[in-house]
Amino acid sequence: MTDTVEQVPVPLDVRSVGTRLARVDGPEKVTGRARYAVEHRDEEGLGDPLSLWLVQSTVAKGEVEAVDASAALAHDGVLRVLDHTSAPRLEDTEDGELAVLQDARVHFRGQIVAVVVAETSEAAREGAALVEVSYRAEPHAAAFTVEGATYRPDSVNPAFETDSDDGDVDAALAGSAVVVDASYGTPYEHNNPMEPHATIARWHEGDDDGVVLRLVDSTQGVHGVASTIAPMVGLGKDQVHVTAPYVGGGFGSKGLPHANVVVAALAARETSPRPVSLAVTRQQMFALTGYRTATVSRMRLGADRDGRLTAIEHRAYAQSAAVKEFAEQTAVGTRSLYAAANRRTSHRLAVLDVAVPSWMRAPGEMPGIFAHEVAMDELAVACGVDPVELRVRNIPERDPETGKPFSDHRLVECLREGAERFGWADRPAQAGATLDGEWRVGTGMAVSTYPGYRMPGNEARVTALDGGRFEVAIGCVDIGTGARTVLTQIAADALGVDPAAVVLRVADSSLPPASVAGGSSGTASWGSAVSAAAQAFLHEHGRTPDPGASLTASAADDPLNGDHVFHSHGAVFAEVRVHRRTGEIRVPRLFGMYSVGRVMNPTTARSQLVGGLVMGLSSALHEESVRDPRFGHVVTQDLATYHVASHADVLDVDADWLEGSDEEFTPMGARGIGEIGIVGTAAAVINAAYHATGVRVRDLPVTADRFLGEG
Amino acid sequence: MDVPITLTVDGVEHRLDVDTRTTVLDALRERLGVTTVKKGCDHGQCGSCTVLLDGRRHLTCLSLAVAQDGAEVVTASGLADGDVLHPVQQAFLDHDGYQCGYCTPGQVCSAVGMLDEAKRGHPSHVTADLGAEPDLDDDEIRERMSGNLCRCGAYPGILGAVRQAARS
Repeated sequence: MTDTVEQVPVPLDVRSVGTRLARVDGPEKVTGRARYAVEHRDEEGLGDPLSLWLVQSTVAKGEVEAVDASAALAHDGVLRVLDHTSAPRLEDTEDGELAVLQDARVHFRGQIVAVVVAETSEAAREGAALVEVSYRAEPHAAAFTVEGATYRPDSVNPAFETDSDDGDVDAALAGSAVVVDASYGTPYEHNNPMEPHATIARWHEGDDDGVVLRLVDSTQGVHGVASTIAPMVGLGKDQVHVTAPYVGGGFGSKGLPHANVVVAALAARETSPRPVSLAVTRQQMFALTGYRTATVSRMRLGADRDGRLTAIEHRAYAQSAAVKEFAEQTAVGTRSLYAAANRRTSHRLAVLDVAVPSWMRAPGEMPGIFAHEVAMDELAVACGVDPVELRVRNIPERDPETGKPFSDHRLVECLREGAERFGWADRPAQAGATLDGEWRVGTGMAVSTYPGYRMPGNEARVTALDGGRFEVAIGCVDIGTGARTVLTQIAADALGVDPAAVVLRVADSSLPPASVAGGSSGTASWGSAVSAAAQAFLHEHGRTPDPGASLTASAADDPLNGDHVFHSHGAVFAEVRVHRRTGEIRVPRLFGMYSVGRVMNPTTARSQLVGGLVMGLSSALHEESVRDPRFGHVVTQDLATYHVASHADVLDVDADWLEGSDEEFTPMGARGIGEIGIVGTAAAVINAAYHATGVRVRDLPVTADRFLGEG
Repeated sequence: MDVPITLTVDGVEHRLDVDTRTTVLDALRERLGVTTVKKGCDHGQCGSCTVLLDGRRHLTCLSLAVAQDGAEVVTASGLADGDVLHPVQQAFLDHDGYQCGYCTPGQVCSAVGMLDEAKRGHPSHVTADLGAEPDLDDDEIRERMSGNLCRCGAYPGILGAVRQAARS
């Protein structure tokens, strides 16, 4: 084990960065040969796993009275049934979501109350169906209402102030020439990555340091899984070895380990040294692997007749779970977006007996900026000001929240350039003015914004190989973003070599620590560590090092403690057609123009931004999880009833960006791009639907019934 | 109850005993270790498990293995000749028609099967003239590929890839 050097990375001399290096894992993916979590059979000890199946509670609150496993155990192939009386004890039960099978309490419908271990998945599944669980049910609360959202959390995700209050909002609103006062809603949404959550777990004797828990997990962070699970099962972090070579998407749901990972570890302890394989089903994901809470945003905007904001109030209401708190930071994005002397935001939660909400792509910004940007469209209409012009008039000189200057704030350019490319100027000012056959046609726009996050605690290791090649190692995960490719480019430029000379190793918790693939922070956080390590390595060992020379370093600078505030911005433009008889809504054009610092790889970046726009379009038109409050669970728990955008829904969707670089933020000049594409997109679609029809929709998703009777 | 069957997968013949509850998908992934076929929903709703079965695109999660005795299965891996990619696979790379890669083998198999269906004159829901040779314009491609979901939102890239493959 070598010491870690702290290095202040200097701006990168870019050569490979910015080019369209082909995804290094492309051939593996298009042939299907890329192996995802439970597909691993090649490593010693993982070849013949037992199958694990979950038994979920059928009441929303109460206690498990008894678990009768006799029929299950009598089924051919079933080996074990573990429940709260028989599962191994956890050493740390602080996290209520993760402390499964430790006591009889049921906190939400769908909670894991038993697991079945069997020789085959067919037997495990049948066994789970045969387990008889009886309950002492208690009255539960599972309906989210604004009136019920009275709990004030200490902070909101991840660590923002719950409320903010500057100036005198009420007085400013009372004195404003124009006021918009309305509520906007977003529904429950489920991340639904294409690869369901899945884990192989095996306990075995390690080579020299005792017991090892081996996990192959579908996760956005192998180090996060290791550091979370280790203390729960009484091991040191280094004794939990986690890999995630390929991950079939996550969008936040794999950002933190959920209960499925814990029960896999518990069951594997019982079957040691034989591993267990747990593939969560699509249906089970709707209760166990996180989701975006429904939100209601009460917006009050005050402005003068020219649309210059005098007051912004954003009161956000959302839902959390009794068993574990999660406070969506819905109103936080509002704090830094527009200038107004009087600003107030707040967050209140309804705490319900339901599954645990968590991160879903752009938590906070997605629902919050949706609300703010539809309200801005209403303000534009009320003032008779063009929506693009309205935004330009309200862009702050400095961050309204901190008073600090922004680094690389180019929202005006996004608005102007985006409007030009989209052909915004051609639109009629009046809503409902264009009819093309049976279709009403309109255009709309919205602003998108996402903070620049750079996480602490990242290290990278550079080792000289023979033939002028370098191994660059960091324990981060590529969930499909293109991180493998982009980090190869960053490493190549930082070492001054061709990308072909870089052997990149990632996705293994035995590699240097790396933060989660979340918060659009991956490239910034990991890339800064890779840059720092490469620069420190060259300083220490020169450009022609002896093979075997190695150095581990972290980036010593932290721009978030500096003089600037970092945000990416964008402007999203949509064309919408609404059928005047059926209300069918189509989106023939969607275009986003972004400022994200320097783009590392135009090919992967475009796919990230377009993918975000497509998910935003999907949220605008389709996505809604319906909970039945009588029973407390989501009834739309599959992809036939939880609709996501398909090929036929996605027409002309494109994204582009301003050339630039934010070297205040990272040595590569990059900020994040993973989430901004979803932000504002639904608002642009809703605003375009208003322009097409004159019907103002304030709740997602926008569906055909909203327009019926409008002829 | 176990039943002996034969499956030919990517040119290799396998004789195996399958539980009568076993789907083709689980027979491939869990019995034969053929993980180039992916499981996304297990209910025929996402398309990730698409293969070419006896030459036609097929959802392996909706088919019991015992009912497919003697079938010939081609997965995305079998479409490639070792490291030499099928033109549709190359087109996916050219257009970055994927991100996480999990739906991708199913998308590729679906595209190959769909191009063959169009060549044989099969109409789709959006084909205006059912008697005419289908013209694979963008709307036709989107419609015919709509059984394959992609949560990363790579649809524009997949469209470009299939368009390229259709015209080559």
